[in-house]
Amino acid sequence: MTTEQIVITLGLKVYTAGDMTNQEVTGGYVSDLLSDVMGHAREGEVWITLQSHANVVAIASLKELAAILLVKGVEPDKAVVDKAEEEGITLLGTVEDTFTITGRLFQLLSKE
Amino acid sequence: MNTYCADLHIHTVLSPCGDLEMSPGNIVEKAAEKRLDIIAVTDHNHTGHARLTRELGARKGIWVVYGAEINTREEVHCLTFFDTDEQLSAFQLEMEQNFVQIPNDSSLFGCQVIVDEQEQIVEEVSHSLYPGLNWSIGEAAGVVHDLGGLFVPAHVDRPMNGLYTQLGFFPGDLEADAVEISRHTSRKAAEREHPELKKYMLIQNSDAHFIDDIGRAGNRYMMKSRKFSEFRMALKGEQGRSVIDL
Repeated sequence: MTTEQIVITLGLKVYTAGDMTNQEVTGGYVSDLLSDVMGHAREGEVWITLQSHANVVAIASLKELAAILLVKGVEPDKAVVDKAEEEGITLLGTVEDTFTITGRLFQLLSKE
Repeated sequence: MNTYCADLHIHTVLSPCGDLEMSPGNIVEKAAEKRLDIIAVTDHNHTGHARLTRELGARKGIWVVYGAEINTREEVHCLTFFDTDEQLSAFQLEMEQNFVQIPNDSSLFGCQVIVDEQEQIVEEVSHSLYPGLNWSIGEAAGVVHDLGGLFVPAHVDRPMNGLYTQLGFFPGDLEADAVEISRHTSRKAAEREHPELKKYMLIQNSDAHFIDDIGRAGNRYMMKSRKFSEFRMALKGEQGRSVIDL
């Protein structure tokens, strides 16, 4: 399933598209500690977090994550959006909380 | 140049985690006993004991730097230091406008009280001082600098609320005046693990929550006198001022 299909199915907000049309999503990772994400997230995963510091973009790029998904309506600063644009990172948002959106994404990916 | 022993990260009873014995009076007594020349009381998200501690410190020949340990939106703890009463009041006001209003349950988290010289409670802070303020770490640094203060990420090596755990790596654009490492590491070890720290003055403090911890870590500050302008130069290693190990 591509990031774009997930965006449409779950009704996610797109701050920056990156390569969401072609990117295959392999799974998800949920953590708000960036050191943990650097250590343990894997390529192709959607990272669900409420952290919106610019460092999230660099980490998503480093780990080659499929997308960053900001929960609870957290709005990224313009600088963060610009950085994601520059790095070609898919930056998404939802008003739902981490538990709910993770459950929905898990269900969706489990059907594959 | 003179040498001053300093411990710049001490919690009073106003911090929910600060022991009941940590009144400004007791802290100053202990600092004098430990022959400290400079201290700072740095409560979580509050400066309510700064003035009294400075007043009591002055009587014992101890210079008390105004400060607070703030928690940012990313839950990174950062030390902030200020010079004047005006700066302190302005910073307190800025924090009050950016608190997340969650009532403090003192039975779970500890009491948050401001006391006077006689150790009588004059105020109980009702909202919790634990949560992050509504500032990103960069915004917090900006607020502190706009007021003329100094901004120092706290115990960056610590797994709880340290910069590296919360943010993964040191943001290249963060305007830090110095960096604090915990007393459980050394400057050498911290620089080995995080080479980018070499460009900052690294300081160590006790982070005391209990009276006997005061002075368990600290630094010697090489400066001309105990003034904020000198302190700033020492943190930045300017004009021969410096910070060295105890």
